[in-house]
Amino acid sequence: MPTADELKQRIETALPGATAEVEGADGVHFQAVVQSPDFAGRSRLEQHRMVMDIFAGELGGSIHALSLKTKTPS
Amino acid sequence: MSEQTPNPLRDAIAEAISENQIILFMKGTPEAPACGFSARAVGTLQALDVSFASVDILPDPRIRQELSAISDWPTIPQLFVDGELVGGSDIVLELYESGELAEIVGAPAASAAPATPAAAETLLQPENRLG
Repeated sequence: MPTADELKQRIETALPGATAEVEGADGVHFQAVVQSPDFAGRSRLEQHRMVMDIFAGELGGSIHALSLKTKTPS
Repeated sequence: MSEQTPNPLRDAIAEAISENQIILFMKGTPEAPACGFSARAVGTLQALDVSFASVDILPDPRIRQELSAISDWPTIPQLFVDGELVGGSDIVLELYESGELAEIVGAPAASAAPATPAAAETLLQPENRLG
């Protein structure tokens, strides 16, 4: 079962320069706030895709749900 | 298998997306959502007072599979407007809160939109489609 910390690590590894705050005490429903300079100039849809792609295959499976908020550092 | 392999279900989904100005793929129905995220998306659209088509993806796992192949979006719900993916429940809610969603779906002036909600559901009866 993935932990919030694991998800945070994976996001920050996959998107260099990104910071992620992840919560998900039950191990299947997670909420993440991700901030990345790479989001600049991309639509919200693309930003979410960049994060969800990291967990391709796991979403809907071991990660039942990942609520996302993406931000570009100001 | 080549990309030319006939895929009636995928075609039906693509057709439903192009034929319905606003269409929500969800778990359950607007009257009885089967998932909190789908319920949230329905609530958002209802708050804007727009009519929308909906497809319950639960009856056949292939619907979700084909939908995600078309949209390149892994999770449910998925909202499409004018043939374009708007997003999942997080984006829909964010856009609603910022006021952008009202513009995207053309609320509230578009109250005269024809009632097409049933169309997509009929289209996507996989039992009928695929035998």
